[in-house]
Amino acid sequence: MADMICNNCGATDAVVHLTQIVNNQMSTHHLCERCAAEKGLENAPDISNLPLIDVIAQMTEDVPADPRMSGTECSFCGLTYEDFRRTGRLGCPHCYETFAGHLPQLLQRIHGAVKHVGKVYLPPDPTASDMEKKLEGLRRRLHRAIQSEDFERAAELRDQIRALEPA
Amino acid sequence: MNDFDALPDHGLGWLEASGAHADIVLSTRVRLARNLQGHAFGPRARVNDREAVLRQFKHSIERSEMLRDGTLLVMSKIDARTRRILLERRLATRDLLGEAGEDPANGTAVHLSSRDPVSVMINEEDHLRVQSLLSGLRIQEAWEMVDRLDEELGRELPFAYHNDFGFLTSCPTNVGSGLRASVFMHLPGLVLTKEIGKALRGLGELGLTFRGLYGEGSEVVGNFFQVSNQTTLGRTEEDLVDHLDRVVRKVIDDELRARRVLLRDARGVTEDKIWRAYGLLRYARSLSFEELMNLLSGVRLGVSLKLLPELRVYTLNKMMIFTQPAHLEQAAGRDLPQAESDAHRAAYVRRILDTEGDVSTGDQATDDSDLSDQP
Repeated sequence: MADMICNNCGATDAVVHLTQIVNNQMSTHHLCERCAAEKGLENAPDISNLPLIDVIAQMTEDVPADPRMSGTECSFCGLTYEDFRRTGRLGCPHCYETFAGHLPQLLQRIHGAVKHVGKVYLPPDPTASDMEKKLEGLRRRLHRAIQSEDFERAAELRDQIRALEPA
Repeated sequence: MNDFDALPDHGLGWLEASGAHADIVLSTRVRLARNLQGHAFGPRARVNDREAVLRQFKHSIERSEMLRDGTLLVMSKIDARTRRILLERRLATRDLLGEAGEDPANGTAVHLSSRDPVSVMINEEDHLRVQSLLSGLRIQEAWEMVDRLDEELGRELPFAYHNDFGFLTSCPTNVGSGLRASVFMHLPGLVLTKEIGKALRGLGELGLTFRGLYGEGSEVVGNFFQVSNQTTLGRTEEDLVDHLDRVVRKVIDDELRARRVLLRDARGVTEDKIWRAYGLLRYARSLSFEELMNLLSGVRLGVSLKLLPELRVYTLNKMMIFTQPAHLEQAAGRDLPQAESDAHRAAYVRRILDTEGDVSTGDQATDDSDLSDQP
């Protein structure tokens, strides 16, 4: 598409195209990102300059970097604290142990919480039979359905468990 | 020959437009991010990590009722166009496909179930991304589906899980439940009545976020928005799903109210806009994808408002998917340069409107009586 001129400031990079109807008259306005934002019509956020990188950048502004954390390196995958701050990504499950001291602040910032309260995971038990594993899964889902007061679902799960349980 | 030609709905069941509010909510998706113990996450994974992850996943397929009999598409073994089709069908992400022009990373794959609307991406940013994609507003149903698959896989695979942090993920924005639920909405009423800015800001205050059609980094075109939960830690999966469901229902109410305002205060221009969009689709000889999306927005509004009664939402959904570049190339059997692609797109739209949506007269515009599914 050819470059559109912003109707507000004349810039040649209008990216938001707004169709308005006022008094039964329809008109279309082309706006650059900045003017659109001023009018409260933000374009979809560009992810490359968005979420975690910013969060971490803000954090490092607000929170003095822990000198003891600097130079910390994950013993499993070799990710350093600096790598983590630069990419916003952890390297492996073990990183969550390596950087455990630093994470609660960050998670609080991102999620407004620091502790998982959802599904509980139990690692596979190689000695359990398929039927036992399946029953265990169903029982856990039943437990959660009851906790969340979804009794219709709980009744369904209870019936499934009964059908599988040895008489 | 595409491997997914063998699937009953080619991973496109969600086009059927059967769920609640299917004219406004095109689709619902719930995905869970899962990683396996003992391997570096996607961005830092070495070739042997990725291959080990794929191997372990393959073992679990046979033990999973939902995945058994499905189709495993290993990215390095399918051609580039098929990979792009997976992207256009929202079964793969750009991340999974890797840089354009380069070979996909070893071990990257997509598994499609043949019996349920669920699929798994293997070796994306996280080792596994388990997703369910359904038509209409069905967040709870999609969640139950991925939950069931997650239980099946969790019985076989050693997931990386921490007592405090929950399911561990490459990016801390996904940690905890690893759950992202999103609905893909069409909100022309809010855009035309200038309420959309307020609505989107409201979503932010409620812990939700919005994006364009393809998810991260894409622009909003044609008044289509993808609304999803922003946080994943500190709330149960049921809470996250329920919260999104309630807010989306509120947005639907606001959208419907905006449409009533449009019809009350600006019926003339609204009808004109809808019929112009229909006319362009019906007769244009060249359409860019962006232009098509904008015109489809107008026509979709017309169908919702019962101004274009003979068109079905299913037809509109189909037009959005099959007019994407890789789909057009697949139909043509060859690569298509931009100009040709635009011409093929317009031809496809004319053909489908000819067979499925020939709205013969504008006089029906005010007749609300007939909404039946006519051939």
